[in-house]
Amino acid sequence: MAMSLTRRKSLVTLGLLAPAGLWLFICLVLPFIAIVVFAFGERAPEGGYQAAFTLTQFANLGSRAAAFVNTLMLAPLGAAACLLIAYPVAYYLAIKVHPNRRLLLVSLVVVPFWTSLLVRTYAWMYLLGARGIPALLAYAGIEDVRLINTPGAVLLGIVYGYLPLMIMPIYVSLEKLDRRLLEASADLGANPVSTFFKVTLPLSLPGVMTATSLVTILLLGEYLIPQLLGGGKVFFIGNALVDLFLQSRNWPFGSAIAVTLVVVVVLVLLVAMRIAWRISGVRQVDLV
Amino acid sequence: MRALVTSVYLFLYAPIALVVLFSFNAGRSTSQFTGFSTQWYGKAISNAFLMEAFENSLMIALVSASLAAVFGTMAALGLERLSAKPRAVFDGLLAAAIVVPGVVIGIATLVALVQTFSVLNPLIALIWPGENPPTLGLGYGSIIAAHGLFTMALVTMIVKARIASLGRDIVEASSDLYATPLTTFRQIVLPQILPSIVSGFLLAFTFSFDDFIIAFFVAGSKTTLPIYVFASIRRGVTPEINAISTLVLCASLIMIFTARFMMREQKDSMGD
Repeated sequence: MAMSLTRRKSLVTLGLLAPAGLWLFICLVLPFIAIVVFAFGERAPEGGYQAAFTLTQFANLGSRAAAFVNTLMLAPLGAAACLLIAYPVAYYLAIKVHPNRRLLLVSLVVVPFWTSLLVRTYAWMYLLGARGIPALLAYAGIEDVRLINTPGAVLLGIVYGYLPLMIMPIYVSLEKLDRRLLEASADLGANPVSTFFKVTLPLSLPGVMTATSLVTILLLGEYLIPQLLGGGKVFFIGNALVDLFLQSRNWPFGSAIAVTLVVVVVLVLLVAMRIAWRISGVRQVDLV
Repeated sequence: MRALVTSVYLFLYAPIALVVLFSFNAGRSTSQFTGFSTQWYGKAISNAFLMEAFENSLMIALVSASLAAVFGTMAALGLERLSAKPRAVFDGLLAAAIVVPGVVIGIATLVALVQTFSVLNPLIALIWPGENPPTLGLGYGSIIAAHGLFTMALVTMIVKARIASLGRDIVEASSDLYATPLTTFRQIVLPQILPSIVSGFLLAFTFSFDDFIIAFFVAGSKTTLPIYVFASIRRGVTPEINAISTLVLCASLIMIFTARFMMREQKDSMGD
C-alpha cells in the first residue's frame, strides 16, 4: 500500500527537522528548565543543589550587586563608545572610500572579529601591563601609572574586542543606501551636514540598532575581558557566574543570576525591537 | 576623517602586530626585543600538553562544525516546508540559541548534564553485566553538543537566507520537467546553497576553535586550546604564549579567507 503523498511529504519534513529540533530541545530547552528549577532551590551543604522551592536566591541577588552594576554600566558605555568610533569608519568605508580599496579595507575589519578574542585581549594585557605602556611612560618621566585592572582598561578592551562587530552592520546599511537620495538632497540645496542628518543618518539607523543591540547583548555575558584586563577588580556578571559555578559551587544562587541575566538580555532585545519598530514607523510617515 | 580611519586601523592591528613580533624574540622578555629567533615556536610545538589541547580543539571543532553544517542545513530545508505556527516556534528557538549568552549556555548545559548523569550512572551500574560499568561524564561530547547548538543555529540562519533568495521558478521548472524531488534537490538546490553551507561550516569551525567560555564550563577534565592559553596567561606572560597566539591567529586567518572566498563565489553566482 503506497503512502499518500502529503503523508510522505510531512514525514520528510519531520526527518529534516528532527535532529536540529532534538538538539535544541536537549541542549537549550532542557538546560534552561534545569537552571530555572535550580534558581528556586537551595545550596546543598557540600555545594551543588538541594531540592526546594524558595525565593532566597533571588532575594540574595543584592550580594552580587557590584557585578550587576559594573555590567549594566560598562556594557552600554562600551557599546556607545564602539558606536562613536564605528560610525565614521563605516561611513568612510561605505561612501567615501575608492571602490578599488573597499574590499581590502572591509576585510581588514572582518578579520579581527573572527580571530580569537582571547588572543586579542591578551595583546592588551601585555600592552597595559607594568612592562608595556607604563614602562614607556616611566621613560618619559611619568612614574607609577597603573593601567591594567582598572575600569578604563576593561572599557578599552571592550572597544577593541567589539569594534569590528559594531562596524559591519552599520557599513552594510550605509552601503545599501541609494546614492541618488544624497544627490537629490544636494540638488534641492541641502548642505552636506543637513544631508547627513536628514538623509544618511536616518536611513542607517536600522543598521545602528542592529549593531548596538548585538554588541550590548554580547557584552552583558562577557567574561574574558573583565577577567584579563580587570584582574578581579572590575567584575562582570559572567565573572560572578564562573566564580559561583566553578569555585564556590553555589549552583542555585548562580542559576538565579544566570536566569536574571537572560531576563536582562530579553529586556534589552525587546527595547531594541521597539525602537527599531518606531524608527521604521517614523520613516514610513516621512515617505508618505 | 581619513586620519580617524587610519588610526582605527592602527588601533586594531598594532596590538596584534606586537604579539606576533615578540613571538620571534630571542630573549625571555616580552617587552625588549633582543634578537630574532624561532625558539618559542619550537618550545610550543614540543610542549605535549599544548599539542594535546590543540588536537582536542581541532577534533571538537571539526566534529561540531560538521554536525552543525549537516543538521543546520537540514533544518533550513525543513523550515521551508513547515506551516507558519510551528515555524515561528522553531525560529524562536534558533534565535534563542544565538542570543542567549555563551556563559549561560555553558552553565545550563553543565547543570543539566551533571543532573542527568547523576541519575543515569547508577542505572547503568545496575544493569551493567560486567565488573566495571562505564560512567558518563563531561568531556568531548558535552563540548561538541554545546558548541554545535550555537553553530547549528548559525548555519540554519545562513542557509535559510540563501534559500529565501533562490528563485522558486527554477525549482518548479525542474519538477515540471519530471525531475523527482531528490533529483531537483541534488541538481538544482544543493549546488546553489553549497557555498553558504561551506561558509557556515567554516564560521562554525572558527567559533568552536576559538570559544573559551562554553568549553570552560562543560569540558570536565579535558583541555581545549583556549582553555590551555587562558591557564598559561594566568601564570604569566611569556614569548611562548605569543608564539601560540600567533599560531592561533594564523589558523583563524586561513579559515576566514576560505569563508570570505566562498561568500564571494556565492555573491557572484547571485549576480547572474
